[in-house]
Amino acid sequence: MTQHSRRRLLFGGAAVGAGVLLSACTSNESSTPTEAQTKAADGGGNAEPGKQVTIGFSAPAESHGWIAAITNNAKAQAGAYSDVELKSVEAGADAAAQRAALSTLISQKPDVIVLLPFDGKELNSFGLEAMAAGIPVVNLDRAFPDAKAYRLQIKGDNYGMGVSAANFIAEQLKAKGVSNPVIAEIAGMDALELTQERTKGFNDTLAQHGLKVANRRAAEFTVDTGQREAAQLLQALPKIDAIWNHDDDQGVGVLAAISQANRNEFFMVGGAGSKKAMEDIQADNTVLKATVTYSPSMASSAISLARLIGQGRGMGDLVELQVPKEIVLASETITKENASDYMKLGF
Amino acid sequence: MTDSPPATTQLPAQSPPVDPAETEAAGAHATPSHAAATGRLSWWHGDSGEGARRNLALVGVLVALFAIGAATRSDLYSNPDWVWANMLSILKLASVVGVVTVGMTFVIIGGGIDLSVGAIVALAGVWCTTVATQSFGAGGMIFTAIVVGVAVGLVNGTLIAYGRLVPFIATLAMLVAARGLAAEISDKQTQISQNSTINGIASTNLLGIPVLVYILAAVVIAGWVLLNRTTFGRRTVAVGGNPEAARLAGIDVKRHTLLLYALSGLCCGIAAIMLTAQATSAQAGMANLYELDAIAAVIIGGTLLSGGRGTIIGSLLGVIIFATITNLFAINGLSIEAQNMVKGGIIVAAVLIQQVQFGSLSLFFRRNRLTTS
Repeated sequence: MTQHSRRRLLFGGAAVGAGVLLSACTSNESSTPTEAQTKAADGGGNAEPGKQVTIGFSAPAESHGWIAAITNNAKAQAGAYSDVELKSVEAGADAAAQRAALSTLISQKPDVIVLLPFDGKELNSFGLEAMAAGIPVVNLDRAFPDAKAYRLQIKGDNYGMGVSAANFIAEQLKAKGVSNPVIAEIAGMDALELTQERTKGFNDTLAQHGLKVANRRAAEFTVDTGQREAAQLLQALPKIDAIWNHDDDQGVGVLAAISQANRNEFFMVGGAGSKKAMEDIQADNTVLKATVTYSPSMASSAISLARLIGQGRGMGDLVELQVPKEIVLASETITKENASDYMKLGF
Repeated sequence: MTDSPPATTQLPAQSPPVDPAETEAAGAHATPSHAAATGRLSWWHGDSGEGARRNLALVGVLVALFAIGAATRSDLYSNPDWVWANMLSILKLASVVGVVTVGMTFVIIGGGIDLSVGAIVALAGVWCTTVATQSFGAGGMIFTAIVVGVAVGLVNGTLIAYGRLVPFIATLAMLVAARGLAAEISDKQTQISQNSTINGIASTNLLGIPVLVYILAAVVIAGWVLLNRTTFGRRTVAVGGNPEAARLAGIDVKRHTLLLYALSGLCCGIAAIMLTAQATSAQAGMANLYELDAIAAVIIGGTLLSGGRGTIIGSLLGVIIFATITNLFAINGLSIEAQNMVKGGIIVAAVLIQQVQFGSLSLFFRRNRLTTS
C-alpha cells in the first residue's frame, strides 16, 4: 500500500463520515399550524358535515415564510373537515408552469378550485376557462383583473397595510411630541404591484398627517437583503424617529442590522404578522413595537368558503343564501397590548 | 498628440487577422493563444505591471466615488466619525460577496465559471442553521457550512472535469438543484440562528475593525498567496490559458479543475457563515444572484473571462466598487433601479476597456476549451 492510496483512504473515510454526520443535521422541527387557525368555523351550522366536496388547490412554491404558511394552512384547514378532499398541485417555478399544473387539475374534475396565482394578470385566462367549464374559482390574494374569472376573491389589503402603519407611526410621534420626525421605509420587492400599493398607502396617509418619508430602500423579502438594505439605510440616516418595514420575514435581517449598528433611538413597525414579530413585540426588548397584518390565515378561510360554495351553502352569519363574491381582509395593527390575541394567527 | 489618431485607425485594420487565429485555436492543434501568452508573462509577477496599472485605475474609480459622496452629502461627510463608520459599513457590505469572489476568480482564471455560488451559500447557510446542526454549537455550524460548501464544489468539479460537462451547464444545474435542496431542508421557512457566537461574528469589532472585515482580509491574502506564490496558482493560470499545453507540461488538468471548484465551494461555505451571522438567520432564497455580483466584480477587476489571466486584488476592488455604489445611492436616497443601471453601465465600460486593450472580441468565445482536451 503506497502512501498515496492510504491518503485516499483517509480522505475517503473522512468524507463518508462527514456525509453521515451531515445527513443527520437536516432535521427540523416541523411547524404545524395552530388549532385556532384551522378549526372549522362554528355557529350558524356551517360546521355541520354536508355534501362531499373535492377542492383543487394551487399556490406558488416560493421559499418565503408567508407563502409556505398559505399552503400549510390550506392543507390543515381541509384536513379539519370530514366532507372535504383536497387535491393540491405543485405550481412549479413560474406562471407558465402553474398553468400547466392547473390543466391537470381541471381534468380531475374538482368541485371548486382555490388558486393563489403567480401573477393575477397572467392567470386571468385560466380563471375564465375554469369558470366557463362550470368549476367555481376562489381567487386567493393576487387578484384576477376580470370579475368573470372568479366566483370568490379573497385577499389582503396592501394599500391598507400602508395606511395602518402610517397611522400608528403618526399617533406615536404625536404622543411623543416629535417635531420634524425622520421616517424611513424598507420595502419588499419593488417590481411587485403589492409593494407599490403598500408604499402608496403609506405615503398617502403620512401626507394626511403632514409627514413624509425621508429615505426608502427596497429589499427582496429575504433575511439577507433585509439586513443589507437596513444597514445602508441606517448609515444614510444618522438619526431616525420611525421605520416601517413591509415584511416580517425580511424583518429578521432588518432587526439584525439595527442591533449590529447599536441603534435604538427609533421605533419600528413591521408587516404581515409573523410569529417571531409578535413574540418580539410582546417581549418589548427590540425596536419593533407593532406590526400591521397581512395574514396567511386567508388560505384557511378560502378553503372554508370554497367548501360552502361547493355545497351551495351561504355563510352562517350572513343573511344571503350564497357566499359573497369579494372579501378583503382588514389590515389590523398588532401592538404589545393585543399581541397575545393575535399570536394564534402568527406564522 | 499625433500618435493617437493612427492608433485608433489601426484597430479595425487589426481585427480581421484575428479570425484565422481564432479558428486555429478552436482546432485540435491549439497554439499558445493571446491569453496564454499574456498569462505566461504575468503568472509569476501576478499583480505587478499590467495588473497593477489596472488596479490603480480601479482605486481611482473608488476615489472618484468617494468624492461624489462627499460632494452630494457634505453634511454627513463633514463628520470624521461618520466617514470612518461608513467606510467600515461598505467593507462589511462587501465582505460576503468578496469571499465568494475570491473563489470565483480562481475558477475563471482556470478557464471555467461557477454559476452555483449563490445557491451553495444558501444551501450551506440553511444546512448549518437546522435545529439539529445548531445543537452542536458554533463549531458544528461552521464545520457543516464548510463541508457542505466543499462537497457541492467537488460535485461541480467532478461533473466538469470527469463528466466532461460544460462548466456553464453543470453549475447552472447545481444552481437549481442546490436551491431546491435548501428549500426542502428548511421547509421554505426562515431558520433563526440562536447561536450567539455565530451571530457575534457580524456584531463584534476587534480594535475598532469588524470581524467580518478580518475574515475578508484573511481570505483575500490567502487567495493572493495561493495564486501568485504557489505551484497551485501557476498551474491555475496554465490550465486556464491553454489546457492542452498544460497537459503536455505534465499538469493533471482534470484533477486541478476539480480542485478549483472545490476551492470555490470552500469560499461559499465561509461566506455562508458570514451571511448567516449578518442576518442572524438563513433561508433558501438568500444570497440571490451572488453569482452575478461575483462574476461582475471579477470582470471589472480585470480577470479575463476566457481564463489564463487575472488578479485577486482587482476582484476585491471590483466588489468594493459595487458596495460603494450601493452605499452612495443609499445615502442619497436614490432608487435601487437607478443603482442597478449604473452598475450595469460600469460592467459594460470595464469590458469595453478590456476589449480595446486586447483588440479582440474573440476572447469571449474561448472559454471551456477544457472540454475538447
